[in-house]
Amino acid sequence: MTAAALAAPSPLALRLRDALAVTLLGGLLALPFIGLVTVEEGGALAVRTRWSAWAMTLAAIFFGRLALRAALDAWHTRRPARKRAAFSSTDAVLRRAAGTSLLAAALLLPVFFGDNRYVIDTATTLGIYVMLGWGLNVVVGLAGLLDLGYVAFYAVGAYTYALLSTQFGWSFWEALPAAGALAALFGILLGYPVLRLRGDYLAIVTLGFGEIIRVVLLNWTSFSGGPNGIGGIPRPSFFGLPFARSAEGQTFHEFFGLEFSPMHRLIFLYYLIVTLALLTHALVSRLRVLPTGRAWEALREDEIACKSLGINTTTVKLSAFATGAMLAGFAGVFFAARQGFISPESFTFAESATILAIVVLGGMGSQLGVVLAAAVLVVLPEVGRQFADYRMLVFGAAMVTIMAVRPMGLLARREPTVRLNPARSSAP
Amino acid sequence: MTPLVTVDHLVMRFGGITAIDGLSLQVPRGAITAIIGPNGAGKTTLFNCLTGFYRPSAGRILLHEDDGSERDLTRLKGHRIAREARIVRTFQNIRLFGGMTVLENLLVAQHQALTRASRFALAGLLHTPGYRRAEREAIELARRWLAELGLTAFADTPAGALPYGTQRRVEIARALCARPRLLCLDEPAAGLNPRESAELKALLTALRDAHGLTLLFIEHDMSVVMNVSDHVVVMNFGRKIAEGPPEAVRRDPEVIRAYLGEEDEEAADA
Repeated sequence: MTAAALAAPSPLALRLRDALAVTLLGGLLALPFIGLVTVEEGGALAVRTRWSAWAMTLAAIFFGRLALRAALDAWHTRRPARKRAAFSSTDAVLRRAAGTSLLAAALLLPVFFGDNRYVIDTATTLGIYVMLGWGLNVVVGLAGLLDLGYVAFYAVGAYTYALLSTQFGWSFWEALPAAGALAALFGILLGYPVLRLRGDYLAIVTLGFGEIIRVVLLNWTSFSGGPNGIGGIPRPSFFGLPFARSAEGQTFHEFFGLEFSPMHRLIFLYYLIVTLALLTHALVSRLRVLPTGRAWEALREDEIACKSLGINTTTVKLSAFATGAMLAGFAGVFFAARQGFISPESFTFAESATILAIVVLGGMGSQLGVVLAAAVLVVLPEVGRQFADYRMLVFGAAMVTIMAVRPMGLLARREPTVRLNPARSSAP
Repeated sequence: MTPLVTVDHLVMRFGGITAIDGLSLQVPRGAITAIIGPNGAGKTTLFNCLTGFYRPSAGRILLHEDDGSERDLTRLKGHRIAREARIVRTFQNIRLFGGMTVLENLLVAQHQALTRASRFALAGLLHTPGYRRAEREAIELARRWLAELGLTAFADTPAGALPYGTQRRVEIARALCARPRLLCLDEPAAGLNPRESAELKALLTALRDAHGLTLLFIEHDMSVVMNVSDHVVVMNFGRKIAEGPPEAVRRDPEVIRAYLGEEDEEAADA
């Protein structure tokens, strides 16, 4: 071998070396997991070796790694070309087209699956997560404030409706603004003590805040019913017409002269969450192009520069917390009305983590990305049901894959809020 | 020349360290003042006190209003200095909103006016004519400064993607969009190539002559300092060691000693 060859090893040699290293590591790990097995022998446990299985694992690792490396290298050489292409405005056009077709699909879904309870239920759940994702996007994606306790505001909304309706007979539409306002107030209450915190420190405090709300709901039995939760929460009616087989006044199916079907209520709930989510979207995307939204993004980019330009970062932060919390409060009201029963079980940290994963996976600040990521996170576990025990494994692997392939999220490109030359940028 | 700002016996201590030690100086109105001095002389600390990032341990910073009244800036809270005293600064290590476009950076600088016009987002949400007009005016102001600083072509580019020298200019344009009375530039020539440095000199002069701005800048590049400034303040160890027109300061023995060092230089550095 010549000196030149030694100095610059060929790609094949590099890949072989890489594959060998991975195989060595895999072999070590596989030795106890696959190479050894315990069997019962006359009432006692004995250890048997399975060298053939171990060897097959090693071979699979070696060749698998080689193939993966080759595929990744091919991907990386193709990537720069893709990036340049993404800079053109065809991207924005594509995005708009995707948004419009998703909206059409959302509106037409009950037409095609009106008799399929499972599909409508899953789509409604998806709607809740999309709305929560859009709300958290304000705090995390736009203002850059890492919030791990977002579910607390969702809980505030849900419990506000549950208590107001069961104790004081408030209707859904009366409780909605009240719950939003109360959640926003909680957002400001959380915001004040954490004004000086950023990043990891902020994340820890918000995590604690989320837990405080949950623990209070769990233990303050006289107020929230504790672990028993609150049941018998009234379902929303269609402008006063209940979805029941029979009621004192007129019911929905009687008024419209339809055959009674339990699906009516589910489809109404579905359209309700679609409407709420669309209102959320309209609000957030409008706020984004206003001074408020630009100040949120500026805060994410550089807080000190904001101060030097005369921006009061306190109000900017609090407005982001309050807006995000209010939207979660709305979603919480819907959740309580849909379930008819709520308990602290529904508002665990895992829920906050899922919503955060939706925002991060979708691409921070991207509204369409949130929809795609929510679809992945809600639909994938459903599709995975046939894999039974491996469901969460597949789910985890899918998330790791997305973050490895697209570290900035599914849709990372940010659309400017304003352009100086709109005409020029649309030219090819 | 009448002063715009008077710094009066300013002291800034951090624990046991005195970064500024009884500094007094005046920033003449409508002129370019340079602050020079070796590293660690307290120049940036002075900027931080002046623009409200630090609250001085003692002393006063007086702003002389047009009507002759005086206002102590050390009592004004951080962000209100830019808002009410209209003293705006740039940073030694550029602080742009990197992910946002240049135009967006310039609009964030006009946050006050736009927020007021949007009635704290309400009128903005409704897209009222009043808000639309305010937004048009804000974009127009941005467009004018972009044109003046030769940045029009980059208006829709993310600020973080621009070359270093261009980013420096964007930061100045952003500060100008905040409609300052006093513009403070922290090492505006750092990292610039000779052509960009010459452009900067022309820009600073134009800001003084055509726009009537008062400028205060920290700089190590002596060609910029000697060429454009009307007044130079030399600092060392938190004190003012010399002050005057550039030619006089250049010959000052105290200044030469501070820059070239003396016998006990090592002791002083430690």
